[in-house]
Parts: sequence; C-alpha cells; structure tokens
Amino acid sequence: MSRALGDAVARRGVSAHRQWWDRVRPAPKDPITSVSRAFLADASPNKINLGVGAYRDEEGKPVVLRCVKNAEAKVAGSEFLESISASANSRLVEESVKLVYGKDANVIGEGRLAGVQTLSGTGACRLFAEFQRRFYPRSKIYFPDPTWSNHHSIWKDAEVPQSTFSHYDPKSKGLNFPALVDDIKNAPDGSFFLLHPCAHNPTGVDPTEEEWREISYHLKVKNHFPFFDMAYQGFSSGDLDRDAQAIRTFLQDGHLIGCAQSFAKNMGLYGHRVGCLSLLCTDTEQAVAVKSQLQQIARAMYGSPPIRGVLLVSTILGDPDTKALWVEELRAMVNRICKIREALRESLEKLGSPLNWEHITNQVGMFCFSGITPQQTEQLQRKFHIYMTADGRISMAGVTMSNMDYLANAIHEVTKSGRES
Amino acid sequence: MASAMLSFASAAASASASLPVHENLKGKTKIGSVNFGSSVQERNPFGKTKHFGRVSMTVAVNVSRFEGITMAPPDPILGVSEAFKADTDEKKLNLGVGAYRTEELQPYVLKVVKKAENLMLERGENKEYLPIEGLAAFNKATAELLFGAENPVIKQQRVATVQGLSGTGSLRLAAALIERYFPGAKVLISSPTWGNHKNIFNDARVQWSEYRYYDPKTVGLDFDGMIADIKAAPEGSFILLHGCAHNPTGIDPTPEQWEKIADVIQEKNHIPFFDVAYQGFASGSLDADAASVRLLSARGMELLVAQSYSKNLGLYAERIGAINVVCSSADAATRVKSQLKRLARPMYSNPPVHGAKIVANIVGDPALFNEWKAEMEMMAGRIKNVRQKLYDSLSAKDKSGKDWSFILKQIGMFSFTGLSKTQSENMTKKWHVHITKDGRISVARLSSAKCEYLADAILDSYHNVGLPEIGQQ
Repeated sequence: MSRALGDAVARRGVSAHRQWWDRVRPAPKDPITSVSRAFLADASPNKINLGVGAYRDEEGKPVVLRCVKNAEAKVAGSEFLESISASANSRLVEESVKLVYGKDANVIGEGRLAGVQTLSGTGACRLFAEFQRRFYPRSKIYFPDPTWSNHHSIWKDAEVPQSTFSHYDPKSKGLNFPALVDDIKNAPDGSFFLLHPCAHNPTGVDPTEEEWREISYHLKVKNHFPFFDMAYQGFSSGDLDRDAQAIRTFLQDGHLIGCAQSFAKNMGLYGHRVGCLSLLCTDTEQAVAVKSQLQQIARAMYGSPPIRGVLLVSTILGDPDTKALWVEELRAMVNRICKIREALRESLEKLGSPLNWEHITNQVGMFCFSGITPQQTEQLQRKFHIYMTADGRISMAGVTMSNMDYLANAIHEVTKSGRES
Repeated sequence: MASAMLSFASAAASASASLPVHENLKGKTKIGSVNFGSSVQERNPFGKTKHFGRVSMTVAVNVSRFEGITMAPPDPILGVSEAFKADTDEKKLNLGVGAYRTEELQPYVLKVVKKAENLMLERGENKEYLPIEGLAAFNKATAELLFGAENPVIKQQRVATVQGLSGTGSLRLAAALIERYFPGAKVLISSPTWGNHKNIFNDARVQWSEYRYYDPKTVGLDFDGMIADIKAAPEGSFILLHGCAHNPTGIDPTPEQWEKIADVIQEKNHIPFFDVAYQGFASGSLDADAASVRLLSARGMELLVAQSYSKNLGLYAERIGAINVVCSSADAATRVKSQLKRLARPMYSNPPVHGAKIVANIVGDPALFNEWKAEMEMMAGRIKNVRQKLYDSLSAKDKSGKDWSFILKQIGMFSFTGLSKTQSENMTKKWHVHITKDGRISVARLSSAKCEYLADAILDSYHNVGLPEIGQQ
C-alpha cells in the first residue's frame, strides 16, 4: 500500500476522495460590503453608491489626503522597516491616545493607559472582545440599537453574549434618551456598554453634551464598563477635541474606560488597517500587564499590525505642520458633507415631499439614517441604480452636487406616497 | 474585588431623582471627597426626572476591573531579542528570531521591493478598502506561485484563496474554519514546531496533539515515529506539515518520505494542512520549495495551505500572506471562500493593502519577478554558505569525531543544534550567543565572519556543559 494505491486513487480522479467541504454552506452576504459589490456589478451610468462609509470628493472619487501624501514622501525609502517597527508602534499609540484623551490628559502623564496598535477599528473591537471574554467570561456586551452591523459579528465570534440598549427613536429620528437611561439602569451591574462617542453609525444621532453627562452618571452608578468605539473623530463636528468630548467627560467622572480608534475615515487610510486600542488602568503596573495580555491575544491572531499605516499615522500626528494640514483637510471633508446634507434636504423639500427631512441636517457624521424602508431601498436599487444598505442608511460622502438632483428625485419617487417608515 | 469597588445600589440610582445624590454616596466612596456641580434644572425634553449636577470625583476612584490581570508570559522567541538588547558584551550574537540578515548583519530590504514601492508611489494609488478576501491580483498570484499556474487545481478553480495577515493570520483563519466546520476535529502538529502554532490553535479553540518529528539521537527526522503517530490519529484529523524548511529544526522529509506521508494521510482520510513560510527561501527555488504541496495536491487530496511573504520577500512588517483551501470542486471552493470571508470580517474587516500590492506588482511583472528570484537565490545561497562555513569550523575544531553534517543536511533559516536547555543557556550566559532554549539557531542571522566564534561556543557548550544525554555520544 503506497505508491500503487496513490496512483490508483489519482487515476480514479478527485471524486474518489472524501469530500470535506460538502457541509459548508454559502455564507450570508455581509450587509454592508455586499452593497458595494452589487454597485460594482451595475453597468448603469447613473449609478450611485451610498453604501460603505468611505469618503468621496465632489467628483465622487476616493481621496488620498495631502497630509498622507506628505507622510508617504517622508517615509518612502524607509529602509529596514523591521528595526523601526517597535518605535513606530509606540509612537502611534502615544499620538493616538493624545488625540482621544487630550494631549495634556493626566492619565497619559501617569502612564495608566494600556495601548496597542490594531487592525483599524474592527481589529481594536475584536481584540477587546477577546480580552473581555478571557477576563470576564460571564459578562455581556450591550450595543446601542441600532449599531454598526459588524459589532454583532465581532462579539459573537469572540463568544461574548450580547444585548442592546435603546438609542434611536424612529418617530423623532432622534435619540430616545429616557429609554436609553432606563436600559442602562436595568442592565445587571458591571455590564459592558459599547458607546459611539460621536457620529453614531448608522443613525448619525448623538447625545448632547448634557445627555452624555447623565449617561456617564448612570453608567457609574451601575458600575458598568464604558467601551468607546471612536471611528469618526473629527468627522462629526470637524473639531477633533469636540468630537472627543464625551470620552473626556467620562474621564473626568473617574470612569476607567476602553477605547477603540480607527484612522480609516478621518485620515482616509482605509486599506492600511490602522487603529489603536487603549484601556485605562489604575496604575502603570496594571497597564503594562494589560498590554502584555492584549499583545498575546494579537500574536495568536495576526502577529502585529502592518507597519505602513502605523508609519503614516505616527508621521502625520507627530509633525506639527503635517498635523495642521490634516486638521484643515478634515474640516474640508466635513464641510462638504454638511453642504451636501443641506442641499439634499432642500432638494427634497423643494420637490414637495410629504415627509419630514429635517433629520438629514440634524444627524451628524458620515451617515444619514434616512427612514427609507427596506422595500424602498430595493426600489431605489432596481429602478434607479442607487445603492444603500437595507436599513436606509445613506453614506453622505457618496453624494455630490452633480448626482444630487437625480438622487433627490429618486428618493422622492419611492417615498412620495407619504407613509412614514 | 467587588467589595473594594465604588458601587451604588441601583435602587439608589433610581431614587436619585428625589434624594440629593450625596446621600446615596455617603459611606460608600472609596477615597477622596466627592463634590457636585450645582443642581441646575435644565431642559430635558424627554424626561420628567429632575436634572442633577454632574458627579465629579476629585480623585480617581474606581478600582479597575482588571485588577487581577497578571503579566502575560514573555514570548520565548521575541524574549531572546530583548535579552540580546540588554547584553552589553561586544561579542554578542543574536541568533534568535528568524529574520534574515546580510553578511554585515544588517536587515535586508529586497531591491525588488523598493522598486515595486517606488512604482506604487509614482502611480499614486488610492487607499480604499480591499474586499474582505483581499486583493484579487494578489490572490491569483499567490495561488499560482504555490501550485503552478498550469496546475489542475488552479485551472479547475478548486482553490479558495483569501489574503491573510501573513502566515499567522492565515493560519488563524484556517483554525477558525476548522473550529466552525469540524468541531471536535484535532490538528496534529510536529514535535517540535513553531511556538506560535499552539497559541493559534488554543485561541481558536481547536484541539491539537503532537506527532513525533525530531529525533535527538540523530539530530534528524524520526520518520517511523512520525508515520506511526499520523496513523494512530483519529480518522479525519488535520495534519500540520511544514512545506519546506521546517521550523525550528530545519529538517525536511525527503521526496520519498513525502510520498509515504501522503500514503498514510490518504489511508486515514486525514486532511493535510501545510504551513509554507519559506517558499523560495529554503532551496532558492520557488518550485522546488513547493514540491511537497504539489505532490499531495497531485494525489487529488483536499488540503489547506497557509502562506507567508515575511521571509521570502522580507515583508515581515507588512503582514502579507494567504490561506488556500484546495477543494474537490469549484462550487465547494466558492462556498469555502465565502465562509473564510465571514470569519475574517469580524476579525479585521479586510486585510491591509500595501503588502498585497507589493507582491502583486512583483509577481505580475516578468522583470521584477526574475529579479526577485535572483535575490531569493542570493539569500538562500548566503545561508547555505554560512552552513558550510559553520560545518567546516566545527569539524576542524572538534577532535571528538562527532558528525556535524546535520548542519548541512538541514535547510532554511534555522538549525537545530542538538544542544540541551542547559547547554543553550551556556551559549547565552558564557558566550553571549543568544538562542532559544531548544538549541535552535537562526542561521539567517549568522555571518561567515562569526562562524569560528560560534563553533567555539557550540563545542564548549556541547562537550563541557550538562550531564551526558541521549544524543551526546
């Protein structure tokens, strides 16, 4: 038995072998990325992609920020990446936490932050979810309802049970604050709460500063763990510090928080997968221990994050001029989105839409939770070649002044019967 | 822990609307004083509850819920580099981590990588998200590199290829696939194997056990033990095989032995699971280094292959690799690919773009591809020369008649010297030659100039340290 058998089997062909993968069914399509895929396959010249939250310029083209190009020129020919890796990684963490917590934050000076660079926001969330399960195996994570769809998958694959707390009020298309507070109170003490510190995805509905203070209070009372997913710092108001205000409030209130950061949107570094996870600890010793555990989890998942993105971000944040350029470019992106929001709302109102479109300008950040129903989104796709997720979330960055009229008309067409979602 | 935490009864919280907050807090604060902002009745359109001032603590009050967390054990391999850094002796050598060095002991960025990066910079490409499965051009290139573009598995579209974060990330995706679709299945790993394999399967909650591999008596392959253990494993186990340049031993099966390994795997209906981290880097030839994978896939077996470009393209820091699943049909490959994507999305959403583009550009351009092959031959060639030099030094200096030829027979970045733990420690403590405790040396970090010194260190440790053990005759 050996060669002869092998040959005989090979002659009979592949089907003679046990087929291992019959049990594997096709996976359900990812609700967000499948939108882009469908868009790409569409040949219509009028098609509009309002799916993925990736910024587009006025021509509908992806943008590489000038500050990024500057940084690339600086790091080009960076030889021996291997040897600069370690220092680039710590610089990234240092600069990232300054961005979120404020450069003069006590917690930074006190060395109380356990920070690691991560595979963008997703990677930061997954690292935290694994860490949560490892050290709090019986804990649950609470997500706002709704939240970014991938949050559910991340904590599910990390095997952490999940639940939701109220956030969006479909009637007002704003925040359901009393229900939110109730849900915080009703959750078992010591639960983990995931919060969007600004530019809530998918609704674009954020608590006010005052509401954040109350949320902080109630979370403290229940001893819940606040975990912030900061994917849009700078993209909400155009002001980096203002967008971090919720987190700084929590810090002042003495919470020991966790924070996932992404540089995908605000620096346009989507494909480079660069982000940061930071956990606030009681002292340096604990921070060092926590960091070591996070690194161990990362090492069994992907080793370490790719250096390119790390180099770019640490270069941009570490050089005052490049950082200033970034801040300027960020504001320009946000301004365009604000203008687009105003213009879209105006167009719909001018068309005589029976519905209230105030929320287009009330909501902030990259997305508008339009209230368009799944059936209506399907019509938009079929009849008008306009692509968005079935929950009616529109990526405002995909709207331009040139496709505005077409879009407004299309939305008006499918919604003009006047039924509220 | 709970008792030390600052905690309020939830009842107190709901009562706070009527009670002054400080009443609730009395006697329960851990440290420091608590002061409150003014109780301003502010507009709260959603509720009837009285608005209260902000609770502000004057000192950090919470006891962290991460109190009990201890330091993770240091990684044994990376720990070697740390010890090396701390060593002040000028004769010190770092033969720990498997990262290639030139004769001048400098890291090496392949020229072809620099060229590709310059091209990419000139083109000014955007930084959009890759699809979850990665860059299409990269996936095509990497599968063809591995199997050969004319291979039936490629022609028949039976390979599900998904870009992964180097070898580690690709292995982890495969482990997650096994955990989900083959619950209870075991992975057999060689004894010894790369240290991180166990961590990956542990964290993915996949059971593993070991098959005999390294024979300390011969400082070679325990082939009979390997075959016996693979045979003894429950039918349908996953057998983790190093495609070439076994890490950490450097000991590879011969082609005849590969045939026998394939036989026993087929006999037991196991699934071969290759870790190919050194294609092209072991022998200098991409095709030769893929022979084991191609042999088993030619048998018609379904198998998994994790690839890495960390070593052969020097792209350690960019994290570029792939997981390939060879299936019996194109339909199965499509389904498997969709499930790999489903596992990747909640891990990192989509893989990093830079390394993928570098590989795709190099492999896609005939001139660059040839340059790469030449550089790889050069790197593999340097390692072979160093092995020769080390062997020559050892043979010349060692009067005991011990056969050191296993250094020449072993292949790739690493060599298992046969030194015991105590002897390895002697290498570090007395000679400032930093190696892992299993006696593994990274030949890729050795220069010809240091071979004599290393030979002295090895001979001293081998002959003068530790009790006689099996293997030391």
